[in-house]
Amino acid sequence: MKNAIPILTVLLALVVIWYLAAIGMNSAWVRDQAARAGTELTTTELVKQTLTLERPVLPAPHQVAAGLWDGVAGQKITSKRSLVWHGWVTLSATLTGFAIGSLAGILLAVGIVHSRTMDQSVMPWAVASQTVPILAIAPMVIVVFASAGITGLLPKAIIAAWLSFFPVLVGMVKGLRTPDAMQLDQMKSWSASGGQVFWRLRLPSSMPYLFASLKVGIAAALVGTIVGELPAGASAGLGARLLSGSYYGQTVQIWAALFAAAALAAILVIAIGRIEGVTLRRMGLVR
Amino acid sequence: MMNAVIAANAVSLTFQTADGPVHALKDVDLTVCQGDFVSFIGPSGCGKTTFLRTIAALEMPTAGELMVNGMTPDEARKARAYGYVFQAPGLYPWRTIAGNISLPLEIMGFSKPDRAERVDRVLELVDLEGFGGRFPWQLSGGMQQRASIARALAFDADILLMDEPFGALDEIVRDRLNEALLELWRKTGKTIGFVTHSIPEAVYLSTRIVVMSPRPGRITRVIDSTLPAARPLDIRDSPEFIRLAHEVREALREGHGDDT
Repeated sequence: MKNAIPILTVLLALVVIWYLAAIGMNSAWVRDQAARAGTELTTTELVKQTLTLERPVLPAPHQVAAGLWDGVAGQKITSKRSLVWHGWVTLSATLTGFAIGSLAGILLAVGIVHSRTMDQSVMPWAVASQTVPILAIAPMVIVVFASAGITGLLPKAIIAAWLSFFPVLVGMVKGLRTPDAMQLDQMKSWSASGGQVFWRLRLPSSMPYLFASLKVGIAAALVGTIVGELPAGASAGLGARLLSGSYYGQTVQIWAALFAAAALAAILVIAIGRIEGVTLRRMGLVR
Repeated sequence: MMNAVIAANAVSLTFQTADGPVHALKDVDLTVCQGDFVSFIGPSGCGKTTFLRTIAALEMPTAGELMVNGMTPDEARKARAYGYVFQAPGLYPWRTIAGNISLPLEIMGFSKPDRAERVDRVLELVDLEGFGGRFPWQLSGGMQQRASIARALAFDADILLMDEPFGALDEIVRDRLNEALLELWRKTGKTIGFVTHSIPEAVYLSTRIVVMSPRPGRITRVIDSTLPAARPLDIRDSPEFIRLAHEVREALREGHGDDT
């Protein structure tokens, strides 16, 4: 319970700042309206109106909460207005992309650790791939796939994989190289083959690094999927929800989708953290 | 000499470094017989560990001839001629003690029942019966090093090579392990090569003490122990022990004479 106090304090402060900002940012519009109608506003009325606007510049926390609640619980799950449905569309593409990306990252890392040529040839390209702005690449990927008749989950998953393979690659290269000279000599003294060294020593040693990079990777995959949902009139997913919200000035909808995405990211990272905890404890790597 | 297990003839090893060549070993001649307990002692840089590593085919001599069990070190390693005990136990935290001991057996392709039988046998040999199911972190440093000795014994190599195996342990634990190691050596009749920088440890354990000196790494003297085979810990207070320790110390000083 003691740990909760600082967290709650920060949360409270954020909510207060948010309310003040909402009042400040929305007041111009409210004053404008009042001036046009020729009415005088008391401060109480001004504040009240800034926090209940239909399309505020910055919606107040309780409006976002109501929007989020309506999106999650107020709609049928199959409805196009349900955040659960949109969330599922995003989640499925995220998980697919994450699976592709982490597998690619692990395989490339294995190659890099075992081959000098790959170490020197693959790594620069991997780094270069991450310096290209994903916002520039994403529409091209969507368009190229669409021209081949592939739409929906796969193109988004590819963008998610693009972002998530990199942290896994870097983490696993480091992880697979953790065994020290003595441990490798030990293996050599038993005349162990390369495969035996990999499965019995390198791979188990890399586990802490793998999980750390998977946590970064899954968050990146979610970002990639949402970015992939933004271009070219995607109609489903949290990214599409963000986009349509901004088209029609539905700021509450934008913020609700944003919070849904944040919650999804938190759940995914926590889930990996749980698997990490169980695995590493079983392996005796944490106590 | 009969039954030469390790035969080194003018073995040299030169490392090429950025600062020029380093002569880690120069013209090392040594014959180790079946059942010998040979200690290598000398200051750091004298090549004692390097020599042990060349026997184990972890380093390649750049000149000279080295035979282990009548084979090249590389062949001998593949024929499982030796077990190597490193300075640190190097047990895998994700494996139990039994799992760690059976690791080299798995790599060498022993069958499962055979592995289990061997693990039990070597655990008993190092006095760790009943600890097979524990994880390394549940054991003290001394017990971990005993487990690593058991691991090196599990595949029945004739030769046991030990590189300062007790260097990181405190003196009380070290005494006990030295006693246990002598007992184990008597029971198994293995040939042991033992690197140390402790004079009492070398004198207490060995049948022969090889004194080495640095720059270039070479053997300066080989001292045959005159101590009896049965060695209780208090033999270290006997005049014979003190005389031998003195002789080793003198030999170490001679080796140092030309560069200090």
